[in-house]
Amino acid sequence: MAERDPRAMPAVPAVTPGAMAGSRPHPAEVGDQEALGFPGARIADWHERAVARMGELVRGNRALRLAMDACMHCGACTDKCHYFLGTGDPLNMPVARQELFRSVWRRHHTLAGRWLPWLVGARELDEEMLERWYTYFHQCSQCRRCAAFCPVGIDTSEVSQAAREIMANIGLGQRYTHQVVAKVHATGNNLGLPEPALRDTLEGLEEDLLEDTGVPVRLPLDEPGAEVLLVAPSADFFAEPHVDGLMGYAKVFHQAGVSWTLSTVAAEAANFGLFIGSEDNMRRIAHRVREAAAGLGVKRIVFGECGHAWRVAYNMLHDLAGPFDFLDPRYPVPQHVVEVTHDLLRRGALRLDPAANDHRRVTFHDSCNVARASSMGGVPGGQFTLPREVLRAACNHVFEMPRGATGAHTFCCGGGGGLLTDELLDLRVAGARPRMRALAEVVDAHGVTHLVAICAICKSQFAKVFPRYGLEFDQVLSLHQVVGDALLMR
Amino acid sequence: MRPWPDLAFAALLYASCAALVLGAAWRLARWLRTPQPRRVPVTPAPRTVAGVCARMVHETLFFTTLWRASPWTWLLGWTFHVGLALVLLQHLRYVTAHWWGWVSWLSAYGHLASALLLAGLAGLWARRLLVDRIRWITRPSDHAVLALIAGVALTGVIMKYVAPVDVVAVKAFVRGLVTARPEPLPGDAILLAHVLLAAALIAVFPFGKLMHGPGLWVNPTRAQADDARERARPRHG
Repeated sequence: MAERDPRAMPAVPAVTPGAMAGSRPHPAEVGDQEALGFPGARIADWHERAVARMGELVRGNRALRLAMDACMHCGACTDKCHYFLGTGDPLNMPVARQELFRSVWRRHHTLAGRWLPWLVGARELDEEMLERWYTYFHQCSQCRRCAAFCPVGIDTSEVSQAAREIMANIGLGQRYTHQVVAKVHATGNNLGLPEPALRDTLEGLEEDLLEDTGVPVRLPLDEPGAEVLLVAPSADFFAEPHVDGLMGYAKVFHQAGVSWTLSTVAAEAANFGLFIGSEDNMRRIAHRVREAAAGLGVKRIVFGECGHAWRVAYNMLHDLAGPFDFLDPRYPVPQHVVEVTHDLLRRGALRLDPAANDHRRVTFHDSCNVARASSMGGVPGGQFTLPREVLRAACNHVFEMPRGATGAHTFCCGGGGGLLTDELLDLRVAGARPRMRALAEVVDAHGVTHLVAICAICKSQFAKVFPRYGLEFDQVLSLHQVVGDALLMR
Repeated sequence: MRPWPDLAFAALLYASCAALVLGAAWRLARWLRTPQPRRVPVTPAPRTVAGVCARMVHETLFFTTLWRASPWTWLLGWTFHVGLALVLLQHLRYVTAHWWGWVSWLSAYGHLASALLLAGLAGLWARRLLVDRIRWITRPSDHAVLALIAGVALTGVIMKYVAPVDVVAVKAFVRGLVTARPEPLPGDAILLAHVLLAAALIAVFPFGKLMHGPGLWVNPTRAQADDARERARPRHG
């Protein structure tokens, strides 16, 4: 397959119009649309509604307003998006993607766009434009790499979210994301796992842990009075390598003697409401976390390894579902599990034997939402240093991918933002190419065997696309799997 | 006082400056009145408002982010803006009653400022024609803005180095505007073109992408501090 060597193509491709014009996700099902509060199918007055909704969103969101007003088309972002770098499709250049939205905004909401549409690039929202919206706003993983490079800080994720929200409002949602949100509303997790199945799964994992370690490590569910409510992405309950990360958290809590519990009410860290820019749906999902924490009487809320979940938790949870004045005020609300482990390590509450990971040579993938939309540890750049310090404590052979592919400038895995669905696989494989190039460098230079991640979407995406680049699906690891393997248990 | 060009140009300049001030105020007010319901700083970001301000100043003076994004674009853009700033400052000689010392010092290097401005402008325009990605994203209005700036700059350079105008009379005209006592404007075609184009540029400034500088300062992705958890923490004592 052409993708096998990620360095075969130039790092910045030539502009290839229409290269990805055929890539679009399946539309949402009627029931899911309605479960999210949107019309089931395309409404008759869709055009009027879309234009009106656009005005409401821009008038209610300063960051989106600035995206309409402050872009000078300087092109600094044009070679930054992994989907452009992987496909060459010019509409995957962030400024061009924004322009799909802005051109309609100008046409309907500015004088220049009404009077001189040819001069300022104003376009009508017709069927063709709507199709472009559906196609290319589902080729943005909302990773904010363009925003990190924009001289005026314009964030395409704001525009993508707004476009998807508008499309959802006229009855044109995306199947995968809307299905996931509908399942959380119905069951408390993205997978639609009912309580007995979840309990059964956790019991099975406890047996595995006992077998592996000889120690009765627990995975408590709905235990009132626990110190910590752990909110993990539901993929942690069964997907590989996620589940090894979940067992890693359990070992850490066990070893530190911290009582903790999972919750059936909030058995999901992810908040896909973000991906469709839907304030209402984000709020409903966030309130499950509040409900679970209050109901169980916990003192702290800790989020598991999930990228956009941490963005929402860190930056938005209070505004969506706060105040959390019933929690222990000595701890930040919420905390990331990496912060917990890092703190325990610093205080000497955990003992790690990094030699246990000597068969692994690892590199750390900064997940986009953690890197560019959150922080950790109360220190600038903590989202980069804390996980690395934890990883280095657990493993002797840690190598860094080239500059420009890590930290604040990290590349998205290619599957974020609600694009982790099979019909978008070609896009996902192409979008992973910049990350795979960087990974190939350290594989060649240092014999790196594994990529370590702290995001459920990254893990699923890499497990799926690694084989397309000549790697094995199991060469991606959870950070807490590496920690758990090095942890000296008693 | 003749109706043309004296009064017409006086009125034109008053109108364009009014458009600049009122338009910019209106645009800024509209931005600031727009709510920002979510915390959206692009991280890593400063953790305090003071830190944000320090970074903004640095960004405004040195275009730090553009440097990281594209050193070539930075070189052209920074050169252009520095040249533009120096040239604008030199125009103070026409505005103030007495020639400020530092302005006259600056004017001794006027040719350098003009060269920076023109070189930067030419480079930025060339990108729009030669780089396939930048050509794709360029709209007619992007060319129009560059053409307008180029027109102002070139007529200015011609007056300065090729066909000098009576700068004493120009100063009298500008002082007349400042003190609201109109004076005649020399009738050189090149001067009239310079003033006409400059007035157009001043007037359209607030209504398009030229407001990107103030936009940076208002944009929540840069203007918000990374302090979501601290803000939400209940205060005790």
